[in-house]
Amino acid sequence: MSVLFSALDQVMSVMHLSYLMLGVVIGLIVGIIPGLGGIAGMSLLLPFIYGMDASVGLGMLMGLVAVVPTGDTFTSVLMGIPGSSSSQATVMDGFPLAKKGQAARALSAAFLSSMIGGVVGAIILSIFILVARPVVLAFSSAELFMLTLLGLSVVASLSGGSVYKGLAACGMGLLIGTIGGAPATGDFRFTFDIDYLYDGIPLIVVGLGIFALPEIISLLIKNKSIASKGNQLGHGLGQGLKDVMKNLPLVGRSSVFGSLVGAIPGLGGSVVDWMTYSFAMGASKDKSQFGKGEIKGVIAPESANNACSCGSMIPTILFGVPGSGSAAVFLGGMLLLGIQPGVSMVSTHLDLTYTIIWSLALANILGAALCIFLTRPISMLTYIKFSILAPVILTLILFAAYQATRSFGDFMALGVIALIGVFMKSANWPRPAFLIGFVLSAGAENYFFQSIQFYEYSWFTRPGVLIIGALILCGLFLPPLFRKAMRKRQTQEEIEAAETVVNNFSLDIWIAGLFLMVAVVFGYQVWGEQTLTSAFPLIAVALLGGSSLMVIINHLRHRKLIETAEIRQGLVYIAGFFVMAILYFELGFLTTTFFFTLLFIYFFARAGIVKSTSVAVGLLVFLLVMGRLMSVDYPEGLLDGYVLAVANMI
Amino acid sequence: MKKLKHIAMGVVAALSITTAVAADNAVPDTIDFTIPFGVGGGTDVWARFIAPNLSNFIEGNPTVVIKNQPGGGSITGTNLFFSRAESDGSDIIGTSASTLFPYMLGDKRVRFNLDNWAPILASPTGGVVYVQPDLGISDSGDIAKLMNQELKFASQGPTQLELPILIALDLIGADVKPVFGMKSRGAGRLAFERGEATIDFQTSSAYMNSVQGLVDNGKAIPMFSVGVMNKEGNIVRDPAFPDIPTFEEAYESVHGKQPSGMQYDVYRKFLAAGFAFQKVIFVPADVPSEVLAEYNQAVRKMVADPKFKQEAAEQVGPYENAVGVDIAMYLGEAVKISPEMYSWIKDWLKSEFNYSL
Repeated sequence: MSVLFSALDQVMSVMHLSYLMLGVVIGLIVGIIPGLGGIAGMSLLLPFIYGMDASVGLGMLMGLVAVVPTGDTFTSVLMGIPGSSSSQATVMDGFPLAKKGQAARALSAAFLSSMIGGVVGAIILSIFILVARPVVLAFSSAELFMLTLLGLSVVASLSGGSVYKGLAACGMGLLIGTIGGAPATGDFRFTFDIDYLYDGIPLIVVGLGIFALPEIISLLIKNKSIASKGNQLGHGLGQGLKDVMKNLPLVGRSSVFGSLVGAIPGLGGSVVDWMTYSFAMGASKDKSQFGKGEIKGVIAPESANNACSCGSMIPTILFGVPGSGSAAVFLGGMLLLGIQPGVSMVSTHLDLTYTIIWSLALANILGAALCIFLTRPISMLTYIKFSILAPVILTLILFAAYQATRSFGDFMALGVIALIGVFMKSANWPRPAFLIGFVLSAGAENYFFQSIQFYEYSWFTRPGVLIIGALILCGLFLPPLFRKAMRKRQTQEEIEAAETVVNNFSLDIWIAGLFLMVAVVFGYQVWGEQTLTSAFPLIAVALLGGSSLMVIINHLRHRKLIETAEIRQGLVYIAGFFVMAILYFELGFLTTTFFFTLLFIYFFARAGIVKSTSVAVGLLVFLLVMGRLMSVDYPEGLLDGYVLAVANMI
Repeated sequence: MKKLKHIAMGVVAALSITTAVAADNAVPDTIDFTIPFGVGGGTDVWARFIAPNLSNFIEGNPTVVIKNQPGGGSITGTNLFFSRAESDGSDIIGTSASTLFPYMLGDKRVRFNLDNWAPILASPTGGVVYVQPDLGISDSGDIAKLMNQELKFASQGPTQLELPILIALDLIGADVKPVFGMKSRGAGRLAFERGEATIDFQTSSAYMNSVQGLVDNGKAIPMFSVGVMNKEGNIVRDPAFPDIPTFEEAYESVHGKQPSGMQYDVYRKFLAAGFAFQKVIFVPADVPSEVLAEYNQAVRKMVADPKFKQEAAEQVGPYENAVGVDIAMYLGEAVKISPEMYSWIKDWLKSEFNYSL
């Protein structure tokens, strides 16, 4: 106990606090800028780390790692761009809230949830870390596989009206997730001899493609400001905080769940937000608002993702095996400070461990407070006419995607996924199901084969497997039963309202047909490979193909209900995106950003020359500063050499 | 617009003149140190430890900036370096075993050629194979008793860092069943700690930090180390683990003679590339000879520095960093695979793991 407070004493020293604050500020900046996240922030701080006092250095790193999932909420809510992989579920309801003019409410609710989540996570961490070793070791490959199944079962509740569409989307995600090396054999699958595909498609590119680009396109087609309803900005802030207070049990549950999932190495934080999102949905009496701007859909994932980043410190500190991407970077920082993670962290370095935990809690509080402070000015963005914001957002998206592997492939993959995204958005196919399939694909396959190879078929009877299996069954079958019981009490009107699901039939058949074709091509490609390589993709192909077929059959049965959907405009914009992506790459990122922004705002948004020039110059300066400070690279293309030369002179 | 371009052109011209003047024989002010791996990984941490030290010993103390370019298990970043590196000494690269192995195995994604680069520093490492205590053996002397049991080994993949270990275990006659797909050696160790894997392998620093504790608590038993090569080219016990026999000793205790033959030669090949040359810093060979000489002199001074030595021993183990013109020759030798060796390893990977090169 005395160690706990002597560590607090140390954390509260001016030196420690100021470095922690530095970490928090940098963490917020890289969190707000989509695509950067903890890794970019670390590359900014690491040069200073070497030779620093260990507890101060740890405080600074912790400040950074802790607030990244807080800062990334801004773009998720305001622009529909998932700032990092841990805030993808926040987009689902956060962005619709912004569209309703309640951006400030969504943001303040998100930040308060983040703060509580982070503090709960830190508390759990401080107790759990002393006893966590056997618990973490109890999660073998078999239990990890079951956890990925638990994640996948969430698809059922996110599928909305149509189960088959959900399954097909999930199958598509699973299949795209198998691109690259087969974990069990090392064979490469579906690479089509393109170097880029050997590593698989990066998650951030998939997230941007499936959510952000389709949103931008539909907003551009409407060409209004993001917030379409009246100005309620002033009320929003307090309302959001009140929302959190009203939903404290949800915050608590999500935080605890988030920190536990984070504590298990190998599952990754990117799924925890979806899981808590679906739990929030399952536990609500009125599900109709989810996906349209339900505040609970913001609160749950935001509580969970900060808690998760606390939890992911457990395997990092105890085993030296990082529980998440930013934890991996934190691990590198620890090594540079000369601290070896492992059991000794609790036995001989307990003071340092508690320094980490205190810093974590403090950083979460400071970060969220700063964000709440910034909410009102930044939310104003949603009232700007969208065509002025569009080039800025497009540049940010391309910037974020390019940080994934820094190759042209990032742009192309983004365009292809965005095409799927535009189709799915127009016809109301559940895009989260796609993303969850993608996120869990590698884990599901890897842990399945590992558990079979380690335990043969006896793994079915492991107690952990049985418990998680029971949880999955409860999750799948209780909510429908519950709903049935509820429905008896509903009025006739409500039932009718619930049953008029808006579907877009003529587009459905196109999407299902496309998916079926993908299933056939991929199935043909992998057919005949050795079992360990082909089994999992074939399961995905079967799921994708079968569900797509069912969608088509359903469609043919209900031919009378056919409605047409407007998709042509969306496709034109996707084609435009590819053209822009090529220009950004071939002419140079900086040059294209400048001229595209200038011309787009001047001609398309019909703004004055002053306005268009200042936006274009501002964006260019921003990119140049980023490039200088964070050693970020851009595609140079033909012309950027000149721009950089001028910039260097200044 | 035209004017802007004019100014820019002028500036470019001016800059190229100044760099041309500066580049006659000195190392540039800023060095981009490409690391084809992500931030926080083993190679990245090693590079961040080396970078400030290197800067200290180069004339004019240039700024060394680490550029991470992960992807393709380091092939992507190394290819990019190969096509883009400047020949004025402002670009250097740090590689790892997973850069050299695909090069040796003729991976079709590899587009770099090590012959075009001059290695200036090579950091070696060792490694230890250890097993679960419940296999009926009490120390490394009992290794013969392992031969009739199936041993599960949590591994990253057939052509990863574990390749020489897999070859060695097969050579000694152990019935090893690898389970592939581990994200890192750390994940493999976790599988061992969970009791899923019965045999495991870690490089020196990971062994010292994470496995020694298990050994002390009776939860793991070391079997053999891969040893280190002495000046005469013989494998001797690792100075970090003087009590653990080498693979050669272990082989002899099982078979009564020293290992030899094609499989042993292939093992030695990959052992040298993966361990003796675990981390290497390369400079493009077409830099001005003064610049290369300056680099070579700087690393020689660096590895002789007592403070560096002590810190390096803490970071990676008590190994001598190799420097100088010699390593170019040794490295060239180490990564050269004869056609017979290539066809042997190809057949072996196919028959053991059904993996096609």
